[in-house]
Amino acid sequence: MMLYIVIAFLWWSILLYLLMGGADYGAGILELLTREGNRAGLKKTAYRAIGPIWEANHMWLIIAVVIIFVGFPDVYSLVSVHLHIPLTIMLMGIIARGTAFTFRNYDAVHDSWHRLYDRIYMYSSFITPMFLGIIAATAISGRIDTDATDFPSGYILNWFNWFPLSVGLFTVCLCGSLAAIFLAGEVPGSDEKWRFIRKAKQMNGLATLFMVLLFVSASLQGIPLFRWLFGNVISLIADVIAAASLAMTWYMIYQSRVKTSRFYAGLMVMSLLISVSYPHFPNIVLLKNGGSLSILDHAAPSATINALGIALLAGSVFILPALVYLIWSFAKKRSVVDEDH
Amino acid sequence: MDDFLAARSQMALSLGFHIIFSCIGMVMPFFMAVSHYLWLRTGNENYKNVTKAWSKGVAIFFATGAVSGTVLSFELGLLWPTFMKHAGPIFGMPFSLEGTAFFIEAIALGFYLYGWDKFNRWFHWLTGVMVGITGIASGILVVAANSWMNSPSGFDFVNGQYLNIDPMKAMFNQGWFSQALHMCIAAFAATGFAVAGIHALMMLRKQNVGFHKASFKISAVFAIVAAFLQPLSGDISAKFVAKSQPAKLAAMEAHFKTDTHVPLIIGGIPDTKKQEVNYAIKLPGVLSWMITGDPAKPVTGLDRILVKDQPPVAVTHYAFQIMVGLGMMMMAIGAIGLAAFFKWRQWLHQPWFLKLFIAATPAGFIAVEAGWTVTEVGRQPWIINGVMRTADAVTPMPGIQYSFYLFTAVYVTLSIVVVFLLKRQIQMVPVIYDKPQLNPAL
Repeated sequence: MMLYIVIAFLWWSILLYLLMGGADYGAGILELLTREGNRAGLKKTAYRAIGPIWEANHMWLIIAVVIIFVGFPDVYSLVSVHLHIPLTIMLMGIIARGTAFTFRNYDAVHDSWHRLYDRIYMYSSFITPMFLGIIAATAISGRIDTDATDFPSGYILNWFNWFPLSVGLFTVCLCGSLAAIFLAGEVPGSDEKWRFIRKAKQMNGLATLFMVLLFVSASLQGIPLFRWLFGNVISLIADVIAAASLAMTWYMIYQSRVKTSRFYAGLMVMSLLISVSYPHFPNIVLLKNGGSLSILDHAAPSATINALGIALLAGSVFILPALVYLIWSFAKKRSVVDEDH
Repeated sequence: MDDFLAARSQMALSLGFHIIFSCIGMVMPFFMAVSHYLWLRTGNENYKNVTKAWSKGVAIFFATGAVSGTVLSFELGLLWPTFMKHAGPIFGMPFSLEGTAFFIEAIALGFYLYGWDKFNRWFHWLTGVMVGITGIASGILVVAANSWMNSPSGFDFVNGQYLNIDPMKAMFNQGWFSQALHMCIAAFAATGFAVAGIHALMMLRKQNVGFHKASFKISAVFAIVAAFLQPLSGDISAKFVAKSQPAKLAAMEAHFKTDTHVPLIIGGIPDTKKQEVNYAIKLPGVLSWMITGDPAKPVTGLDRILVKDQPPVAVTHYAFQIMVGLGMMMMAIGAIGLAAFFKWRQWLHQPWFLKLFIAATPAGFIAVEAGWTVTEVGRQPWIINGVMRTADAVTPMPGIQYSFYLFTAVYVTLSIVVVFLLKRQIQMVPVIYDKPQLNPAL
């Protein structure tokens, strides 16, 4: 029982990281895709909207990692060994982004150094979700070769191929569109709002393109992605909800109910995650030799799982109300400011 | 450079940087909260300015501490997968609780940094205090996990199997209290002296004296109190190490031969071949007395430890000497500081007094790094004391040296940028806070 609670926490942490951390990265991705002249306004809006919660957004990754290394040590150590290189690149992205975000907001002097911080911030906002996507895709692509005898097939070719790369690019566009939809609801002026909506549209378009690439590369590499996503009832229902949510997102945007559209965008991401994760459950890592790591069979001893579950439950009693109050109170304060203008 | 050495170097580097960022990140909020409290109570603008300036420092250090901590949570697996595979479920409890503490810290920091003039002023102040409390809690929990590596408990090791896991017992292993106490006090002393030193320098340069004097006083008080408490906690730690890790204590003291009336060795150059220490000051019987309470009792030396189980003696010994030496120096400076606060207040403006504190700016952090070296190098060749060897835990992936070069480049750059940013913060003090001195006497 406790094992399922721990798994649920793991799944929710990943979802929340994808949504909240994703929107965070997305803000940087949007900045990268904005003409230099318009960047200052975007930067200001993003900082005002994300500033108070951005540290908290990235805690979800830490929670997910801790759950994996305490609760599922076999999975953690296997992935750490075979995905060493993409994990290291992702870590570089996390370091660069976190520090550049802080530096550009807290450097007391405003001079040409800020151009450097901005640049680092934008590129690392792109690289980090890209590699998160690559890592997740590699885990389920069945290309991790535990019997490899040479360096490339053991440590590079498992992730450096079309399927993970296109999942990475898809993740980047997903983050970008989440950020655009989120930020569109944060700006009072309609010019700026429509600029975000245009960006959201572009991101959606690109995401669709990469999704096609993703299916093509999956079928070329013999990954049964189609069967996973459409071959069972739960995934099918989730797919339908995802498609409907996407439609609702855009309907709400054109109804000028941008804040409501956020809910549907979130629901879409959640349904997508259900659709991909359900068909594998309980397997979390698929290996080249046909084996797999099941999250049920490779869990830590029950004493550990019980303690971890209690810690997570107790932690959420403290974290969730505080987090909700943080988000709510700053959202309220922002809208008060907006009305003043 | 072979992979094992590269992995150890990368881990040492990452922890060496993280320990500085996180010490500052967990202690500065308390300085900030005290200054904030003084502002709310007295209405003195200097305190408000100090609070705001420090809160920017807290933001910078929290962010660098958080990312370097995130990196570490992955690096444990990237470098030591075999260790994590077995140890994760046993010593993971403090990490899962630390996740909560850290999360609350991030939330509280969001309220604090962005909440100026938006919330009830005491609620706002309280969120700052929460940042400090949760930061300390995180620190204690992480150190509890490290102390488990020194004094493993909460499982039975039978034929290479880790059985009967008890995560709570592992978290409250015998070493957690003495090690966490020592680390927390060290963080206060190191950060206190570093901050006080910087503000003393600004006072010496006669810049915004009111602002810098307010900052100096708050940080110096924390530094002095910590400097006086630290030897006591060091004594508790040393006694525990003698009991749980006699090899580490013997290496710290370069104590080769088990004997009674063991002298305390101060300084000196250990000669591991001849098993003696040259040029050292030896206080007869003092080590026996300090560890056992009786100068006539024996203390285990390295001769009782198998050669393959011995830590590197020279490094551990030098690091220990540096730590203790700096600790004593900080206590001496602390005594002079106390005299200045309570009796000779004119000293606070005299160049020699300020120079003394300026000289001590890096002392605490050098001591922290040295102490960390004692703990980690002194535990070798074990990653889990007496259970798993560090060499057996390392990743099978080849080419770790390139990863080490990459991390070195990143961390060195990061440190330079942080120092550069702090310098700019301090430079900007006259511009941002240059108002007429409301109360220069303070």
